[in-house]
Amino acid sequence: MRPRRMVVALLAAAAAVFGLAACGESEQVVVYTQGKYQGKPDTKPWDNAPLAYGGNDWTKGDKASWEKQINTRNLGQNEYRRIYNQ
Amino acid sequence: MARMKFLCDAERCIECNGCVTACKNENEVPWGVNRRRVVTINDGVIGAEKSMSVACMHCSDAPCMAVCPVDCFYRTEDGVVLHDKDLCIGCGYCFYACPFGAPQFPQAGAFGMRGKMDKCTFCAGGPEADRSESEFKKYGRNRLAEGKLPACAEMCSTKALLGGDGDVIADIYRERVTRRGKGAEVWGWGTAYGPGKPGAQPPAAGGKS
Repeated sequence: MRPRRMVVALLAAAAAVFGLAACGESEQVVVYTQGKYQGKPDTKPWDNAPLAYGGNDWTKGDKASWEKQINTRNLGQNEYRRIYNQ
Repeated sequence: MARMKFLCDAERCIECNGCVTACKNENEVPWGVNRRRVVTINDGVIGAEKSMSVACMHCSDAPCMAVCPVDCFYRTEDGVVLHDKDLCIGCGYCFYACPFGAPQFPQAGAFGMRGKMDKCTFCAGGPEADRSESEFKKYGRNRLAEGKLPACAEMCSTKALLGGDGDVIADIYRERVTRRGKGAEVWGWGTAYGPGKPGAQPPAAGGKS
């Protein structure tokens, strides 16, 4: 083989090896991470004083009393109890 | 207290759109944005027409929260799914993710530009000072901070739409179905409360709603 052909063959082989080196099997799956709320913090509904009207009754900052108030409103949606008082 | 939920009784809903009007009025929702709407199937078919009021269902595992690229959603201690409009970029991913079509996008300008997402807040406002003007302008009225329930549910004339503590409204609905003797087949009674005692007969058809 002539030296020139030999050089060309060697270069071609090197290019092929280099080309194959680009075909690696790197990990394609992205690991999912749960996002976290990035906005402003919100206040709790029971941290407000009840309105002066409307028959609301709970103590500011007391979650249990606010839940009782909401529960009363909730049961108002049951007409069997609201109308017939059963 | 359990999580805050909505429940619509398809046997009672008469498609009056009172809930839609109540929501629009209470929160001063702009034109083109419908936080709540009434969906009717078999419209006009006698005996087969059913209506149902739909809005954000405040999912326990909300897909909108999962897909939001800027993480602007949060869930309150009562299970209400809310979002921060200051962070929202109006991309619309939440709209594609939501199975109920709850996220709404106002036309913010010319050329069909989308504004920041708007949706039902369970009348719980957003991350601004409770009952403040800025909260009302961005999110609507905060009725929970006033010791009240969502306006749509409390305004419903036939009490088809129930809203509040999930356990309590499930009890109300269970009592209702037991009394009227039908409706279980309409709204997943078996799924929610099981098949009942072995050998139990299904409720008689044609009872009063």
